[in-house]
Parts: sequence; C-alpha cells; structure tokens
Amino acid sequence: MKVDLKQVEETCKELYIRALKVLPPDVKQGFARLDAAETSPLAKKVLGTMIKNISVAEATDNLTCQDTGVPIYNVTIGRSVAVDGVDLEAAIVRGCARATAEHPLRSSVVHPITRVNDHTSCGIRIPAIHVTFSDRPEELTIQMIPKGSGSENNSWLRMAVPAEGVDAIKTFVVDCVLDAGGKTCPPTIVGVGVGGSADLCVSLAKLAAIRPLGTRCEDPEGAKLEQDLTGAVNQLGVGPQGLGGDSTAFAVHVELAATHITMNPVAVNMQCHAARRASATFTPQGVTYGF
Amino acid sequence: MAHHDVVTPVTEAQVRSWRTGDTVTLNGTLFGIRDATQIHLFDRGRKTRFDLKGHAVIHTAPNVKKVERSKAHPTGYAPVCVGTTTSARMERFTRPLMQGYGVRIIIGKGGLGEGSLSAFKDLGGVYLAIVGGAAALETTWVEAIEDVDLDDLNPESLWKFRVKGFGPLLVSMDSHGGSLYTEVNRAARARRAAALASLGVKT
Repeated sequence: MKVDLKQVEETCKELYIRALKVLPPDVKQGFARLDAAETSPLAKKVLGTMIKNISVAEATDNLTCQDTGVPIYNVTIGRSVAVDGVDLEAAIVRGCARATAEHPLRSSVVHPITRVNDHTSCGIRIPAIHVTFSDRPEELTIQMIPKGSGSENNSWLRMAVPAEGVDAIKTFVVDCVLDAGGKTCPPTIVGVGVGGSADLCVSLAKLAAIRPLGTRCEDPEGAKLEQDLTGAVNQLGVGPQGLGGDSTAFAVHVELAATHITMNPVAVNMQCHAARRASATFTPQGVTYGF
Repeated sequence: MAHHDVVTPVTEAQVRSWRTGDTVTLNGTLFGIRDATQIHLFDRGRKTRFDLKGHAVIHTAPNVKKVERSKAHPTGYAPVCVGTTTSARMERFTRPLMQGYGVRIIIGKGGLGEGSLSAFKDLGGVYLAIVGGAAALETTWVEAIEDVDLDDLNPESLWKFRVKGFGPLLVSMDSHGGSLYTEVNRAARARRAAALASLGVKT
C-alpha cells in the first residue's frame, strides 16, 4: 500500500480538531459510571457540569477544553506499507500547523527558553511523533493526542530499588494522586509505567494514560495491580476538581516493561477528564476515523 | 450557602461577606490573565492601562479568531473557546495582584496555596472555582472581548471580557481563612494509610 502524503496532511489537521471537540465513547461512559456511583452532592454537581459541557461542545461545534495541549501523533505502520518516513513526518507537522491556522486554534507551544510562540502549535521536536509497527497488513494508523498541560505538569518518575519491592510502586502512585489534588483536573486516568529504563518507564506511563477506559493491561500481574490501585486511589476522596468526592480517577492503568536486576522504576502520567484522543486508519479502501 | 449574583467591580465589604460553599455569578467585566502576563507585570516591570480595582481575574489564555473590527468585536478578536487553566502555577502573583492592582476575585481551577489564602485574609479577596475543562460551556457565558492589552504575549495577553451569567462559581477560598482545598487535602491525607493498607502496604 502506498501512502498518499497529501491525505496524511489533511487527516492530521482533521485529527487535531476532532480530538479537541468530541470525547471518545469510553470516556463518556466513564462519566456516566462515576456520576451514578458518586455520593457527594458537590461532586455530583461538578460531574454534571462536565457532562453538560461535553454536549455543549458537540452542539456548538466547539472545543471541550480550551487547552489545545502539546500535540502528539502516534503512528503505527503495518506490513507492506510503503512510505518515506521523513516525508511522513513533514506531512504530520504541516497538518498540525494547518489545524492551528485554519480552525483557528490557540497555539500552546513555545520555545522552551525564549518562550516565543510561533502560533503554529509546532516547534523543535513538536508535534511529538512516535512511530511503532504492527503486523496488520496494508494499514497505517495515526492517533492524535492533544495532551493538556494541567495533567502533564503533574508527571513523576521514581527510580525505586529492588529492596523496596512492589510496595514502592503502590505507595508512589497513591502519593502522586494526593500531590496532584485538583491540579490535574480530576477525575483522571492515572497512567502508571512500571519497569524498563527511565525513558521507557515514562513512555509507558503516557501509553497507560491514553489507553481506552475498559481495557486492561495484557500482563496478568499488571492487570491485578491496576485493579487494586483503582480501588485504592478512589478511597482518598480527592474528588472531581479536587473539591472532594468519590470520583478521583476513572481508572488507574498500568503498562509494564522488563527491567534491570538492580532497578525498580515507576512513573506516573495522568490524563485529565477531558481525556481526548482521535485516530485515523489508512487502508487501500481509504481513511476511517475513530478514537 | 448563599448565592450572590453580582456586577463587577465589587467592594471589599461584598467579598468579605462571601464564605466557602457560597456560589457567585458574575456579570460585567472580567479580566483574563495567565503565567506570561503576570511574569511580565511583576518581574519585568510592564504596566497595563487597565484599571483592575475591585475586579475579577480569571486564569485563562483563550482560543480567539481575528475578525473585522466592529461594535461587537472592538478589538478585532472574537472568542472561539474560553476556558480556565490550573491556578497553582501562578500562586506567587496573588498578593501583588491584590496589593498593586486592587484585584478582589481570582477565578481558576485546582485552587491556590497558603500564601494566597493569607492575602485574601489580609487584603479582602476570594478564589472562585470554575469547573476546569468545561470550556465550551464557559464560552457561552462570554459576550465579547471588549479590549486587550499586552497583546504581544498573545494568547497570554491581558484580556478584557464582557460576561453575562458567568457561573455559578463556587467560593472555594474566602477571606476568613476558609479553603475547601485545605480541607479536602487534609481529609485525603488522613485516608492515605487506609488506602495503602488496602493494597497490602504496611506504613
């Protein structure tokens, strides 16, 4: 399958706008589930406002949240897909910049030292583009994540040691949720990376945070850990917006990697309640959009 | 748990009568302010031509579009999506905003810290919580962008919005030392040991 780069550019523009406007169905279901179980009257009011906002955004064709985020494109290349990688990256960047200019969207991206904003949502190494491979034939998938800064600013890595065991991982996650309080716009999806190297551990936490609600870690130990942690963090009573209540997290998600005999790394990256993502799949039949 | 429907600016006596748990709806002028705006005002000696005395500021950097100047859009900007950002990053600017500019109301999400709480107590101010991430709804409360200053910092300019029925917002920090964030945080930390015990962690 040969990839049409003009179509990639157009789709990457569309993905950014779609992600900002329509929340994935699993997140909407997550809201319904939390709202049904919430016992604090104030928290129910806050959740009610969030749920109302989702429908106002759709009715007025507006962004759910004003934060256009750090733009991230996750590319998955299947078998027999013919594409020049450099050109593919350039097409993604053009699509991101065009969404910003043509919608228009707030460019939330600045040079990290001068703080100059080029008003393109692009800059050095931004949009972040991550490439992975799959064994699906004739298929290219691009997922767009506009990662909000309120949750991204609360990201942590701890290089625990083996002698601290899995207790260090559990304690760290609970303490991160406590430290975040209302700053991450709870209810959140708490992404936890366990194992790997420092860089891999943080990447895993992000992958966990953007995983659809209702999915589970493929490793049984990871699946057990995420289930236990979901129960534990929701006992804390941080609640929606940090104003108290049962609904602190939609879920805790865990992703694992093997690690070194001397290491026990854990990372946390959260997704706010505007848990936005959009995806497009390119096949010989054309482009289909999803989440 | 009273509700206050007010037109800005407000007086010190007004905000001192508000308590945590009360709700407030604002009408009239609302100023938008952000990290860069305050860094430039307080660290780099910039000045604004706006009079913020008795007014409300909201922690925001809106999505706007350029339009032709008209009565409805005097600045040539129309609001696209106006939302609210996390306040905690701007903690150190609360006291200078109140002392230097007479601001009485700060609107944001996630709350502010002890320094802000004591500034509210000393100088007469409140923090109003808006639901973060609910920007599509918030935008429907904004009638117009009336004026803009320090626009070289765009989108972190100093925005002057005209709002109607902006709320209800929750008084989550008041001028009497009350902070819902402190209360929730204290309660949550008290539950830490039980949460860890449920995970089989000994503390």
